[in-house]
Amino acid sequence: MKKLLLALATSAAMLGFAASAGAQDKTKICFIYVGSKTDGGWTQAHDIGRQALQDHFGDKIETPFLESVPEGPDAERAIERMARSGCALVFTTSFGFMDPTIKVAEKFPDVKFEHATGFKSAPNVATYNSRFYEGRYIQGQIAAKMSEKGVAGYIASFPIPEVVMGINAFVHGAQSVNPDFKVKVIWANTWFDPGKEADAAKALIDQGVDILTQHTDTTAPMQVAAERGIKAFGQASDMIKAGPETQLTAIVDTWGAYYIKRTQQLLDGTWKSEQVWDGLKDGILTMAPYTNMPDDVKKLAEDTEAKIRSGELHPFTGPIKKQDGSDWLADGEKPEDKVLLGMNFYIAGVDDKLPQ
Amino acid sequence: MGIVEAILLTVITAATPLVLAALGELVTERAGVLNLGVEGMMIMGAVLAFAATQATGSPYVGILAGIAGGALFSLLFGFLTLTLVANQVATGLALTILGLGISGQIGEAYVGMSGTKLPQIAIPLLSDIPYLGSLLFRQDLIFYMSIALVAGTSWFLFKSRAGLKIRAIGDNHASAHALGIGVIRIRYLAVMFGGACAGLAGAQLSLVYTPQWVENMSAGRGWIALALVVFASWRPWRLLAGGYLFGAVSISQLHAQALGLGIPSQFLSALPYAATVVVLVLISHNRRTTLINTPASLGKPFVPDR
Repeated sequence: MKKLLLALATSAAMLGFAASAGAQDKTKICFIYVGSKTDGGWTQAHDIGRQALQDHFGDKIETPFLESVPEGPDAERAIERMARSGCALVFTTSFGFMDPTIKVAEKFPDVKFEHATGFKSAPNVATYNSRFYEGRYIQGQIAAKMSEKGVAGYIASFPIPEVVMGINAFVHGAQSVNPDFKVKVIWANTWFDPGKEADAAKALIDQGVDILTQHTDTTAPMQVAAERGIKAFGQASDMIKAGPETQLTAIVDTWGAYYIKRTQQLLDGTWKSEQVWDGLKDGILTMAPYTNMPDDVKKLAEDTEAKIRSGELHPFTGPIKKQDGSDWLADGEKPEDKVLLGMNFYIAGVDDKLPQ
Repeated sequence: MGIVEAILLTVITAATPLVLAALGELVTERAGVLNLGVEGMMIMGAVLAFAATQATGSPYVGILAGIAGGALFSLLFGFLTLTLVANQVATGLALTILGLGISGQIGEAYVGMSGTKLPQIAIPLLSDIPYLGSLLFRQDLIFYMSIALVAGTSWFLFKSRAGLKIRAIGDNHASAHALGIGVIRIRYLAVMFGGACAGLAGAQLSLVYTPQWVENMSAGRGWIALALVVFASWRPWRLLAGGYLFGAVSISQLHAQALGLGIPSQFLSALPYAATVVVLVLISHNRRTTLINTPASLGKPFVPDR
């Protein structure tokens, strides 16, 4: 009985590991998720992309996945298991999977890997990322227009470049509208903990912010914002269901097109290791409908989005100083991608101390 | 509403599930059974409470479903460890993994639904007391239950005959058995009480804390509850203090960050754990009282001789 239970438990733990006993001629495209595929945010967006991929190729491929894989040593085992099970291409979809992905890739030179949002690559490891900061800049502008108090709350996850870049873009966008705009930042030190995210949202609202934005994965902050009657931005997925009268817009990750493109290249034999960083114009992220705002704010957001798409506007265009007062970008200068991807400093105007 | 009051309200919401789940485990461990499945029972309570609330429209039915779900789920643990004498540590861990898996399956249909929040009940007269009134007497049912359960459990364990039996079993099951106490039967009841409390804690998560269902939403709170039991040296009121201390430091560190005090956030995030451990260790530093309070048969299997 105990053995039966353990077997049951183990199989429960692997529920996410979709059946892999299919025909051998199917190409296996595998996914590693950091959260649950129904988190309503980050991981769900990847899973929607996976489903689009499966639908596109139908019987030609299968797309097993492992969900709720913790970042850290466990991740290496999960990725290795995928590689061992005959995957041709493995997408590891969280920043913290970077080193484990590189390590496993060394052991399996014939398997291709793609790591989301990281900066380390290898001959068989490509990286892909989305220019989330473009969306954050638009959100900043909306926040500055919509906030009566001129203070927004920002629930951040971990002080990694992607998140720091997001805060900078948000603040820079907001201050392009209202130079005195302030942002209060709380580092939750987690991607996924509805309770803690809700607590952070409450703390920010109690301290007087009237706009909320998040870089964590669940809809809990949106729900708190709705309950307290302030406006908020969704993250990774359209969170309008959690706050029909609350969500202003959301950065929606649309990975499907990218997954299809790369899988096609794999099947054609033209896949190679690249460092892809696409933005609004490539369709790897889209903005959820601009809702719960007056027409003039909506117009501003749409104009900014159009300018970013056309390349007319780069959210980080000089002159921009660093928080410590030193120069970063000269007038009209735009940053190199390499600098953005390793961003470990705040720009001037951010009223928070960056954890090191 | 002042900022202090706002903080305290958030603390109560954050501490209640910890106190409830830990209290159930405290009784289970007092009877000598170590159930590491708290996280699993909690998440089962959360999903069943949410599902029942969606089905009936009443969060009170949801509470009942959470309690019943946790208790029934713990029965599986009871059967394996008490009747079949399986290893308690392994079975408890399996229960957690199983609970997380099953709850994910049950909950798949409820993802993204907006939940029903458990309404607040204002207690006449008491709720009009300035400050304290809105803090303590304008709360939801689960909060009132948590306080009543702590008081009741403390009385029950140390003042009632049945409580004495439970402690006797936990300290030395062979002697208790020799005295004619039904060790296995009482342990079953203690395990089920633990399951019911964990289920109630889960219901609090999906009906009060964040009224929604998200897979894995307990996010490790069951493990914190387990630690609280040990650091509170198996005493209900200390456990209440520990739970609230943990909640208070967790919430204060968020406020400290929002105020921009410039203290490293990693340090602040670790603070609730560090502070709670330090304080509870100080409270129970007396080795003799700790020894008296530790159930001596904890985790040991018991096979009655016939």
